[in-house]
Amino acid sequence: MNELTEGRPGQRLLMMGNQAIARGALEAGVSVAAGYPGTPSSEIIENLAGVAAAAGIYVEWSVNEKVAAEVAAAASFAGLRSLCVMKQNGVNVASDFLLHLAGGGTRGGMVLVPCDDPGALSSINEGESRHFARLLEIPLLEPGDFQEAKDMIKWAFELSEQIGNLVMVRSVTRLSHASGNVELGPMPDFRPKARFRHTGFILDPRQGAVSSAPVAYKHDLQQQKLEKAQDAFENALFNTYTGPENPELLVITASACNLYCREAIEILGLSDRAGLLKLATTWPLPNNLVGRYLEKTGRVLIVEEVIPFLEENIKILAAELALEIGAKTIHAKRDKTLPSVGEMHPDHVIAALAKIFDLSYEAVSADYTEKAGLCVLAGAPGRDLTFCPGCPHRASYWILHNVLALDNREGFVCGDIGCYSLGMRETGYFSLKTMHAMGSGTGLASGFGKLGPFGMDQSIVAVSGDSTFFHAVMPALVNAVHYNADITLVVFDNSGTAMTGFQPHPGLETDAMGQSAPAVDIEAVCRALGAQTTVCDPFEMDQTRDILLEKVSGKNGVQVVIMRRACALSPARRGRPEYEMYLDPQICIGENCGCNKLCTRVFKCPGLNWDDQNRCARIDEVICAGCGVCASVCPAGAITRKKRT
Amino acid sequence: MAADAKLPGDPYNLVITGVGGQGNVLASRVLGNIFTQQGYRVTIGETFGASQRGGSVMSHLRISETGTWSPRMPRGRAHVIISLEPTEALRVLADYGNPEVILLCNTRPVHSIAVISGQARYPQQDQLRQWIGDLSARAWFLEATRAAMEMGNPIFANIMMIGALAAADILPVDKDSFKAAVSQIMPEDKVAANCLAFDRGGQMLLKKEPGP
Repeated sequence: MNELTEGRPGQRLLMMGNQAIARGALEAGVSVAAGYPGTPSSEIIENLAGVAAAAGIYVEWSVNEKVAAEVAAAASFAGLRSLCVMKQNGVNVASDFLLHLAGGGTRGGMVLVPCDDPGALSSINEGESRHFARLLEIPLLEPGDFQEAKDMIKWAFELSEQIGNLVMVRSVTRLSHASGNVELGPMPDFRPKARFRHTGFILDPRQGAVSSAPVAYKHDLQQQKLEKAQDAFENALFNTYTGPENPELLVITASACNLYCREAIEILGLSDRAGLLKLATTWPLPNNLVGRYLEKTGRVLIVEEVIPFLEENIKILAAELALEIGAKTIHAKRDKTLPSVGEMHPDHVIAALAKIFDLSYEAVSADYTEKAGLCVLAGAPGRDLTFCPGCPHRASYWILHNVLALDNREGFVCGDIGCYSLGMRETGYFSLKTMHAMGSGTGLASGFGKLGPFGMDQSIVAVSGDSTFFHAVMPALVNAVHYNADITLVVFDNSGTAMTGFQPHPGLETDAMGQSAPAVDIEAVCRALGAQTTVCDPFEMDQTRDILLEKVSGKNGVQVVIMRRACALSPARRGRPEYEMYLDPQICIGENCGCNKLCTRVFKCPGLNWDDQNRCARIDEVICAGCGVCASVCPAGAITRKKRT
Repeated sequence: MAADAKLPGDPYNLVITGVGGQGNVLASRVLGNIFTQQGYRVTIGETFGASQRGGSVMSHLRISETGTWSPRMPRGRAHVIISLEPTEALRVLADYGNPEVILLCNTRPVHSIAVISGQARYPQQDQLRQWIGDLSARAWFLEATRAAMEMGNPIFANIMMIGALAAADILPVDKDSFKAAVSQIMPEDKVAANCLAFDRGGQMLLKKEPGP
């Protein structure tokens, strides 16, 4: 049974936040959903794609977030409800289109769901999408629990149609990737027909052309839409207050912080002294509602993650209302009551409340904390992230590392976001030296590749994943080819968007809904763009090393090497080891070998352990994925492999 | 403990910890479904994503009769910790442990690359047990991975630990509620093997006294 479509109204299920968002979109009658994979957002599109046929909807993993927004907007222009999903970085990518979209308006309800990652649990930034709501001048909603994650999506679609513009519903990791109980609502049983009406007067919002021009006229219209949303926010039942009539302290919060605040107030026994105003509508603020609560007290604590967005907006409002409601003492990030980087946590709120109310709070005795801390220090060695056993990236970086050493010109690798970002750490032999946005490795390499006349004589390598290649590398590659930059681009083609859970991309023969689709061939694209292109297998280490060394050492413009090998966790390889691995303890002479434990000290696959008692390497049969690569790493030939049948 | 028994605390706080790939997320989902089916409110906070790649993975389960709690547990508030890897138990004890906490620990080590490469040492088993025992009220050490390998796949260790939790008789979890929850999220042909792993975990616990 698929709970997402077959769950009955009134039924209460345990749902991940992202499932709740997907169910909310279905209950709202969404017709089209598009996105680009990115943690913590991916399960929304994944869940919708899984029920696309049953629900009669169209779902795609678009090539990047800008195109996803365009695909969803097209559905809206044709009168359908559409959903667009991405992680926080994606909003940066889509923002050029979104700015124009918000200026021109939408028709069928359109909801943008960015999932932010405060604390950067699965990101290399903790950038914020909330600011985009203010920049784009569109309404921003933030669910405060799992039930709201579902219900507010439905409301967002209604609001979008009411005002004729895009609505943003922002989630965060601790909602998207956490789970809670959600009571289901009814599913719609109508399907609207798609038609783009464009034959009316050019400025007619329902029948004319769609554009953000003429700007002065449309911008004014856009601001009227925002005011309409603000009016609706004044009476929104999702904005809630719990606490005494006149609290000593008013806590204002939104999103997952709502749950942290609630628990902190409970733990400190402050429910009679502190009131909690949980806002679901955080841009524009419902001025009257917030003003009414500010009036009740002289002291305020604002709890939010990362950048002081609510804090700034509330302070502006408090300043505007100061003559009516009096001056307020506002504790938040700017006065250092709360940290301004990283995730929020109930303990941060407990500490802030304890300070404000002058209470002492000790979670556990200092004695226990000290003892446990010492045990961790002595007995729990750190776990640096590493490539999975059997991962093709370990083999690829091993080759790259060796090639750059053989080339001996202090060469370096430019990269970006994906599992292969770990190339910057131990597991990738510290090969990766720059890491920024999707596709930036190739763009930076293109720039480095033109610095020869300034005396730069290092070899320059860019790396890209297969999904990233389509997302943002292609324009950078065109640039490098056109300007004849001396670079080698290595495409780590592991047959899927592996980092985020194997979502398909345009290079594959299957689409998000499991339908067959024409695959775009990376090799053919590179050749067509004018790059010398070779395909090799990273598991054929010696051969691939020789090919790559020739490419990197030569000075012949743009060279592309596609390292092709499916991810160890891919459905095609998972649980199907290719080889039985054997380690002969007679041959492995460990510390006495000239290699000084090359396999465990340097290569460091989690499937290989060092056996302290017998002083030789050992295959960990629970972890080894049977890829066979370490057989080519051991200089003594102590590791052998036998093909499984 | 029978399915209609009261929770020994509200919210009742359970942590499942381990290393990426040990089936931690699935175990928390199964337990979450067991309690949801009994009418409790459940919140699960999980740390995964990049952590799959050899990092620590931790799930916080908050079980309550009254409502939704924070997916991040406040410090020192765990009632039970299920650890699929022994050094991860120490890490969780330091943040969420307290002298009353109950611990169920799988003994099989997973070496991090710092240990593999020789930059750090993995502690001796008896030393680890001593520390974990000192930091908890009761601690069971079970060779779940070994038993799971006897069943043909080390991944069953997570379900064995749930079986052990049921046998420890501290929470309303029994075989029927487990079977119903597993059937909800797994294909039918996998249910029998998981029920076997659940039973096996329970038997392992009953044969043992808590302590190192």
